[in-house]
Amino acid sequence: MRFFEKVTDFDFLGRRRSALIVSLVLLAISAGSLGIRGLNFGIDFTGGTLVEVSYAEAVDPVKVRSVLAEAGIDSAIVQYFGTSKDILIRLPVVAGQASAERSTAVVQALRGPIGEVLAESPEGGLQQCRSTDGVLVGDCTVQMRRVEFVGPQVGGELTEKGGLAMLYALIGILIYVAIRFEWRFAIGAVVALVHDVLITLGVFSVLALEFSLPVLAAVLAVIGYSLNDTIVVFDRVRDNFRKMRKGSVVAIMNNSVNQTLPRTVLTSVTTLLVVLTLLLAGGEIIKGFASALLVGVIIGTYSSIFVASPAVLMLGISREDMLPVPKEGVEGDPLP
Amino acid sequence: MRNHTPWWKWLIIAVVIVPGAFYALPNLFGDDPGVQLRGARGARLGTAELGQVQKVLESSEVKYKSAVLDDRGIRVRFATTDAQLQARDLLELRLASGTTVALTLLPAAPDWLSQVGALPMYLGLDLRGGVHFLLEVDMQSAVRRAEDRYVADLRSTLREAKIRYQKIGRDGSGGITVVLRDPAVLADAVDEIRQTLPGLVIADAKGSADGALRVRLSDNEVEELSQFALEQNITALRNRVDQLGVAEPVIQRQGDRRIVVQLPGVQDTARAKRILGRTATLEMMMVDEEHSLDAALSGKVAPGSKIFRFRDGRPILLKKRVIYSGENIVDAAASIDTQSGGAIVSITLDAIGARINQKITGKNIGKRMAVLYIESKSTIKTDVNGMSVKDADGRTIRVKQRIEEVITAPVIRDQLGKRFQIEGLDSVDEARDLSLMLRAGSLAAPVEIIEERTVGPSLGQANIDQGFQSVIIGFALVLVFMAIYYRVFGLFANVALALNLVMIVAVLSLLQATLTLPGVAGIVLTVGMAVDANVLIFERIREELRNGNTPQASIHTGYERALSTIVDANLTTLIAAIVLFNFGTGPIKGFAVTLSIGILTSMFTAIVLTRALVNFFFGGRRLKDLAI
Repeated sequence: MRFFEKVTDFDFLGRRRSALIVSLVLLAISAGSLGIRGLNFGIDFTGGTLVEVSYAEAVDPVKVRSVLAEAGIDSAIVQYFGTSKDILIRLPVVAGQASAERSTAVVQALRGPIGEVLAESPEGGLQQCRSTDGVLVGDCTVQMRRVEFVGPQVGGELTEKGGLAMLYALIGILIYVAIRFEWRFAIGAVVALVHDVLITLGVFSVLALEFSLPVLAAVLAVIGYSLNDTIVVFDRVRDNFRKMRKGSVVAIMNNSVNQTLPRTVLTSVTTLLVVLTLLLAGGEIIKGFASALLVGVIIGTYSSIFVASPAVLMLGISREDMLPVPKEGVEGDPLP
Repeated sequence: MRNHTPWWKWLIIAVVIVPGAFYALPNLFGDDPGVQLRGARGARLGTAELGQVQKVLESSEVKYKSAVLDDRGIRVRFATTDAQLQARDLLELRLASGTTVALTLLPAAPDWLSQVGALPMYLGLDLRGGVHFLLEVDMQSAVRRAEDRYVADLRSTLREAKIRYQKIGRDGSGGITVVLRDPAVLADAVDEIRQTLPGLVIADAKGSADGALRVRLSDNEVEELSQFALEQNITALRNRVDQLGVAEPVIQRQGDRRIVVQLPGVQDTARAKRILGRTATLEMMMVDEEHSLDAALSGKVAPGSKIFRFRDGRPILLKKRVIYSGENIVDAAASIDTQSGGAIVSITLDAIGARINQKITGKNIGKRMAVLYIESKSTIKTDVNGMSVKDADGRTIRVKQRIEEVITAPVIRDQLGKRFQIEGLDSVDEARDLSLMLRAGSLAAPVEIIEERTVGPSLGQANIDQGFQSVIIGFALVLVFMAIYYRVFGLFANVALALNLVMIVAVLSLLQATLTLPGVAGIVLTVGMAVDANVLIFERIREELRNGNTPQASIHTGYERALSTIVDANLTTLIAAIVLFNFGTGPIKGFAVTLSIGILTSMFTAIVLTRALVNFFFGGRRLKDLAI
């Protein structure tokens, strides 16, 4: 089976102006949204408390909220998480109460009306409860699924470290590509990466999706993926510059992108297959991660075709830049 | 001959794949519910205890699969969780007090595998359930305590040197102020301090305008102090965690003021938090029975006395003089009083405590003695936005809270000595927590939980199931797609992909790196991306064929040409993965680890393994065309 019967002959580079406009518009929307709305940071970054509980039967979030309010826990955001039996409770960091005790208070408040106290249960099973008079009642009506508490001092550090990680990754890549290829390629690759990261973040900002630690990991994975794609194209460009003696720079680049097109499409397809699997079957917690990858892989594929090579072209690459440097000691050899 | 794989390449493949498959093997067996026993305070359990465990279980007819003794204690396996729970209760009751009995999951792989180090992957807390805490040590408080000690040292040093001082005390700005009677002996005082207390630095050796000396701890001293506080806290936390009954706790320092505590399988996080964070002590005081409580409540508190409160709020008047404190306690154990049926804590004192106890109680039979529980907590001060408030030096400001509760104030019926009991506790659990706190030693500096991640057991299981399912589905989709798209060559790629998965599992098992949910996502992503190397090669082969080359030549050049592209593309991705790893906290690290391993193994399987397969089936034959 083949996606393309023959080597394609699309004029990708000829469309670079249209591509530039598309990219600029997307970037402008992303930057604008990031500037105005910002990202919907999760508690990993802002600090706060998150409690996920699961009831034996469907439950009304309003009721959960009122139980919490009765126990003196107001300012809680209560919502469904996946199903109508699963409830997610978020508590912001409250002045004077930046302690880990609050998550405990939430779980205890929810168990209170049912009259259950946690009993020790085997690892890997459901939680078991005792009634308040000490009798084991078996599986708890309210199962504590997950608690995350992040103190205000941790969140700030993470934002800083996340930004730095991205910067270090870009610098590392810049250096590697500059050594293996040429500085224009290095800049082209990094431009494409910044483009991908900004637009992925932009999508998260526009749709107000939660930006959590796993999403950050996904964005960094997108850098890896998109780079992979870009390098494959660049590799072919380098190859063709050395091989093809005729043809303009634009023609050679176009050729290269077309030659690598089947692989670009194919790898995107297999990667998207697994990313979609993660999105649909991986569960609620992995959803943000998978969404970021989905957006990133699509944008990354686009950028390796329409952004990276045009950027190198606009930086003024010429055939001479890519010819192998004559080795020392063989200078006298006449070039054929 | 073209496209022939030399024997040594086959050997490399065998050397990589056979052990890989072997080390991945233990993951197929799953887990048994089990119980792990450890001796009190790290004491070793021996064959005597093993025999005792077997006898206890057999006499109560609790069926177990096996019971083994090793460096980590005794581990007993069961077929069902019911037997596991029953056994735990039995053993806790029958074995010597202090023995930790913890529920755990034990890998069900046969022993001969674990003996050669083949263990299943180590699952992170998000997959197996449990608590992760990040604790921050309050170093300012450790420094303040040290300053208090130095104030006392300064006083005695100057006294011994016969240098008279007016006042020595901690000042508000983080230092100690020494005011001398006679400014003329300033130089002597400076010399004396420098000689006997090298941990101190004198800010202005000539003395300030008001004739006072300002002294502070040297940076070196503060450094050492922090180091000590951190180590001492880790030791104390380890003792406390041991009492919690956790099978494989992790307690590690992180940076210069933080401690990571991971407790797999723990669900009662309220109790875990209470026990980890507390700095509790007891003080014994006499009840003031000469003065009226009512008078004291109306404001006329007799000098030397103070009003304290019971837990339920009842007031009581105590003499402020502390008879002895928690430091004199060497052991504490919770039990149930056979006569009253109430919860009690039996306490054993050291020699000094015993002597004082004997003297005081002997003199005061018929009077009441109170047991005061003191707990100090410190929390970070926050502003209205919930951000921590910092002082001028950028340090977070903490608010101290001191909880004082009278537990009980019984009448002394007899002269007490080395051992005695505290009654009046609400429940057995409370008695257990109190005894633990008294036994486990105090923290050198208060700690605060700054991050908590708890995953309940049902979510852990759901995460495993969903993660596993995603890997299977994603893998199957890619297999089908590749087989359709590349036909026979697609099958080669699929063999490589399957072995790639085996190798990732093998490397993770061998390194015993923690597999987290993002780690599983990393594996899934690797499955999608691992075929990329083969795609690059196969597309090159197709190109060569299209250019009119013979099948054999196409295979040869296809592999050759694709090699540098594969290396470049994968190495750059690896750079990103390594940065991720270095930056990463828990979950991100897991992702970076599986991604990096996946990149390396996929390069091997794609370049070496599929080549060998292609050569084996097509190499050295006359081919008209290729099934690609």
